[in-house]
Amino acid sequence: MSKYNLDYLDELEAEAIHILREVAGQFEKPALLFSGGKDSITLVRLAEKAFRPGKFPFPLVHIDTGHNFEETIAYRDKMVERLGEKLIIGHVQESIDQGKVVEQTGKNASRNALQTVTLLDTIEKHGFDACIGGARRDEEKARAKERIFSVRDEFGQWDPKRQRPELWNIYNGKIHKGENVRVFPISNWTELDVWNYVKRENIDLPSIYFAHYRDCITRNGQLMAASPFLNMDEEDIVENKKVRFRTVGDMSCTAAVESEADEIGDIIAEISASKISERGARMDDKVSEAAMEDRKKGGYF
Amino acid sequence: MNLLKFFTAGSVDDGKSTLIGRLLYDTDSILADQLEALQQSNRKNDDGTIDLAILTDGLRAEREQGITIDVAYKYFQTDKRKFIIADTPGHIQYTRNMVTGASTAKLAIILIDARNGVVEQTIRHSYLVSLLGIEHVVVALNKMDMVDYSETVFNAITEKYKTLADELKLKEVTFIPVSALKGDNIVHESKHMEWYQGRSLLHFLETVDVEDKQSYNLARMPVQWVVRPQTDELHDYRGYAGRVLSGSFKVNDRVTVLPSGSSSVIERIEIFDQRPEEVHAGQSVTLHLKDNVDISRGDVLVNADHLPQNSKLIEADVCWMDARPLDESITYLLQHNSKVTKAKINEIVYKVDINTLEKENAVDFKLNDIGRVVIKTADELAFDLYTDNKANGAAILIDSRTNLTVAALMFRAVADY
Repeated sequence: MSKYNLDYLDELEAEAIHILREVAGQFEKPALLFSGGKDSITLVRLAEKAFRPGKFPFPLVHIDTGHNFEETIAYRDKMVERLGEKLIIGHVQESIDQGKVVEQTGKNASRNALQTVTLLDTIEKHGFDACIGGARRDEEKARAKERIFSVRDEFGQWDPKRQRPELWNIYNGKIHKGENVRVFPISNWTELDVWNYVKRENIDLPSIYFAHYRDCITRNGQLMAASPFLNMDEEDIVENKKVRFRTVGDMSCTAAVESEADEIGDIIAEISASKISERGARMDDKVSEAAMEDRKKGGYF
Repeated sequence: MNLLKFFTAGSVDDGKSTLIGRLLYDTDSILADQLEALQQSNRKNDDGTIDLAILTDGLRAEREQGITIDVAYKYFQTDKRKFIIADTPGHIQYTRNMVTGASTAKLAIILIDARNGVVEQTIRHSYLVSLLGIEHVVVALNKMDMVDYSETVFNAITEKYKTLADELKLKEVTFIPVSALKGDNIVHESKHMEWYQGRSLLHFLETVDVEDKQSYNLARMPVQWVVRPQTDELHDYRGYAGRVLSGSFKVNDRVTVLPSGSSSVIERIEIFDQRPEEVHAGQSVTLHLKDNVDISRGDVLVNADHLPQNSKLIEADVCWMDARPLDESITYLLQHNSKVTKAKINEIVYKVDINTLEKENAVDFKLNDIGRVVIKTADELAFDLYTDNKANGAAILIDSRTNLTVAALMFRAVADY
């Protein structure tokens, strides 16, 4: 008999690599959804560990709202060049120009909700049968319920009442034509796990995750980056503050937190002590108790 | 620091969600904005305190009905360990969701309402724990506050449960008297039960020994993917990528490839940029062999001196998970790790009444039914018996008409016909 015990990060890593290789083995045309955020950057590192020195068996797909932090786009392009992998971009602006979605108006307008249509169009256009995403179950209570292999119908919809049983580490990726599967390899990771992994692996991140000075306004009690994408008026007072972002999404719905943490050890200390969840800084989740569940039923990530 | 996955069996009426809520609340795992959302919710306890159960009921339908329908995963950690809780539904009609949550757990918490003692549901949950081979069982006797924290009540129920545990051959059972509502013995030791000398639930979870104790020899790795860069400089590179299911592999170990039976020696082991001499159960690795053998996804590499079972006819325990009943005339797909093959149910040996544990002859086999069957597969399967090696002893059945996962299988014997 031998006794051994994996460290938790090794165990989470091994599980995620196993899931990525199952995707490669089971699907014809998978894709990795890349947002430029730390979770999808972590996925990319895991994909390197799963498939190198071979090529990734899938392209990276970015659904671009057009309202990006420029640091994220610069990071994305540099990373793709380093990897030598294919990047496909779906533009929300295109969906707007085609009249498929209508831009929101008013003070709290955001393109976050419009992404779903662009995402579904991109999936259909390229015939993707599996989309790998960086969602985690600790983020939100509807996500806490979702399977690692989450089957979506032809319209991208999640049906929480008809989820397949997911047993042991055996993943059933069988689908009918037109359906697709969303796959979440880091389902079991927490925000802190991701940061500890980023630190351990020495992964480079976009600079907006670290404390920096930026012009901000306060909206609904949240600090928002002042930008042309935010509908601002005279009531909005612009203040220059030292901030960082805990998640990276559309500029119009991602709030900053005041922070002095400009290196990764400080960030881990800050999160460990924090009493606010990272989704607490997402305006899109504040709408109602079932906001995420409803968006997922509609085809969201 | 290591990770412990456990699941909770019980119903809302037993205080299951309250117990999980209490674990999270008393370990400061609930953040301010989540707490604020809780306080704003309309669901409150009778005395006006926060109803901790709504922390875990994530779906609209669950909040509406006040029950758990599907498994929810919750995460927390202490200085000693990280935990993943699979909060599983206790109602009989959601048995398949409980099996989903339990299949990856190393420890089960079975909740008993101290006022009611061992009831039909306790028997059913304990049976599932034994069927799935969960190594550690904690029986949490909840609502002790409602029975005056009585030692006599506690002793009477534990005696009764021990009889059941013996019958089900449960290995390690620990009894803890708790009140999830009042917080007794969940995180903090209770001040109301001086007679109880044991650990609080959290203290137990932090210290229970959950290391894998497996034979080194049971080395098994199903091949998920063959890494072949086919570039000029890596022209001959051929790595077999997979997760070690059980046992250990070392450089220079002789391995057999199943089902073909060909064999070779491990030349090199890779984990990305590392070249370990030895790898163990749970690790995702890439193996290189000295000889050029024909290997593809679905094949399994095993220790050449300790081969698994190899058969097309297998006796298995089955938990049926689909609304369409088992149909002996249909060809299903059987997925055993990365291997998929056609399969038919040759015979239903018996069905178990999971409330009384009686075996009965079965004319039909429906949603949530559990029993023994004989399965015939198109290809030979390289498997271990579930009791010897869970990781290589389980499979699922898929209905190719709907693509749904319709059954969980635990291999119990090679069928001899």
